[in-house]
Amino acid sequence: MASVSAPMNPAILQRPNAISICVKEAKYEFLKSVRFPMFSVGTLVFPLMFYVLFGLVMGRERIGSLRSSVYLIAAYGTFAVMGASLFSTAASLAAERGLGWLEVKRASPMPPFAYFLAKVIMGLTFSTIDVLALMLLGVAFGGVQLPAATMAKLALTLIAGSLPFCAMGLAIGYFARPNSAPAVINLFYLPMSFCSGLWMPFMFLPKFVQRVGGFLPSYHLSQLALNLIGGGEAGSRWGHWETLIGFALLCLGIARLGHQRDQRAQG
Amino acid sequence: MASAPQSTHSFASLPRPAGEIAQFTRVRKDYGTVQALIDFTFEVRAGELVALLGPNGAGKTTAIKLLLGLVKPTSGRLAVFGGDPASTETHTRIGAMLQVGRVPETLRVREHIDLFSSYYPDPLPIERTLAIAGLTTLRDRKFGDLSGGQKQRLLFALAICGNPDLLFLDEPTVGLDVEARLLLWQEIRNLLERGKTIVLTTHYLEEADALADRVVVINKGSLVAQGTPAEIKARTAGKKIRCVTELSAAVVRRLPGVLDVGRDRETTVIHTSRPEEVLRQIFPLDLNISGIEVTSAGLEAAFLALTREPNN
Repeated sequence: MASVSAPMNPAILQRPNAISICVKEAKYEFLKSVRFPMFSVGTLVFPLMFYVLFGLVMGRERIGSLRSSVYLIAAYGTFAVMGASLFSTAASLAAERGLGWLEVKRASPMPPFAYFLAKVIMGLTFSTIDVLALMLLGVAFGGVQLPAATMAKLALTLIAGSLPFCAMGLAIGYFARPNSAPAVINLFYLPMSFCSGLWMPFMFLPKFVQRVGGFLPSYHLSQLALNLIGGGEAGSRWGHWETLIGFALLCLGIARLGHQRDQRAQG
Repeated sequence: MASAPQSTHSFASLPRPAGEIAQFTRVRKDYGTVQALIDFTFEVRAGELVALLGPNGAGKTTAIKLLLGLVKPTSGRLAVFGGDPASTETHTRIGAMLQVGRVPETLRVREHIDLFSSYYPDPLPIERTLAIAGLTTLRDRKFGDLSGGQKQRLLFALAICGNPDLLFLDEPTVGLDVEARLLLWQEIRNLLERGKTIVLTTHYLEEADALADRVVVINKGSLVAQGTPAEIKARTAGKKIRCVTELSAAVVRRLPGVLDVGRDRETTVIHTSRPEEVLRQIFPLDLNISGIEVTSAGLEAAFLALTREPNN
């Protein structure tokens, strides 16, 4: 091979800080999404609206041993976290993959992980906003009185619970087409929510639906949240976490397959 | 294929860095059963503008994607700056303007540039990038609100914002009006003058003619010719014979050596790579032939000849 005599660029040695790239990537990912009304309405407004309607306006009676306004923070919190995570990751990944933008990014010196991390940070950010807003509404208008430590644990559990759904979003984003991605997301998101008892308390669901729900990560996250506030079905905490971690790894594996498939194809 | 000597630019006042900065060695790329590039050997030399010229689907974009590491070769070797084309280190010295279906529309012009600049170790100041791309007054405009030409200019801005040594421009002037195209050409020449190396794909012949030090003609995945625009024109000997003849176009078209026949009022225009031979055949057939004029047909006819003759 012919020798390469182009001068070495000393600047190569001082690559920009990967963390600052990630922060900037996440910042613009955030701006990009909040300026897109379809996204903000779907991930922020719907869960809060459901909570106001079913938890505050209609919610004077109890679900099991809990006030409905308390119970529904866990249920709609899970619902909100799922939506925020799935839409932050899958919808934009599918669009950017399918229409060439990801390729422009890959041709740049952007560290590849920054791109994915920015989407996951987005999922976490919107989940956090959703969860805090639900709690605020509950405390201000729903008579929710929980110890601060419990509130904090509940918030952290729900926010951490967004990670498996970010992984699921990446998996969907690698296989869905740009225009059908939102529909594909809803095809998973809405039935999963129903079967996990996020819309109607799990105990009121028909037996066969409960059986399906028991396999779903959304069920396990909602049970973790409910356990913290004294509701929920039987089952160990670690069992729920293990299921969520296993599910996340499975999704990352599927996303990886999609990534490799893209590399082999037109790219 | 004889390699062309380094041509000189009229405005090349700075010493050009020497050497090859990217090489293809017998590269082949298949997409499933489709052969996009076949046995492709070619190099990019420091400081030159090399134009990959070919009809749509010839393999130009595939060559660029290989150079960027976006796709891997099926076989053969490929090096950019002596290293792996896909590595982030290599990419810090490269800028690329690709054909893209959709760019995030809710980000503003300066935000897009700010983000891409942050990937590079030594980017241009954002103001400078905006000025070069002619986007200064549009800096706060969202991408979705830009016109087609303005969108192309933003993609150009993203390619140059990192102050890269090597630029890939994939069909950079598609969709631009004449004025915008000339402006972009000027910017491309300015970059060359500053010592940048540029690989450009185009199917506009005049673009290759106006900008390139070297033209590489690709057809159906194979390199069919390379050289300076002048050499390509001369070597393929795209010549045009204009004459007034009684022979019908159909008869002339059947003569050996004729590539194409057209008509310009009463004048017959014959494209050929061997004008002497064609004329020798015509004379006995038409003793009244008149108004003979043989001219160099320009890059267009050369290109026609190169991409049509099966075994050139």
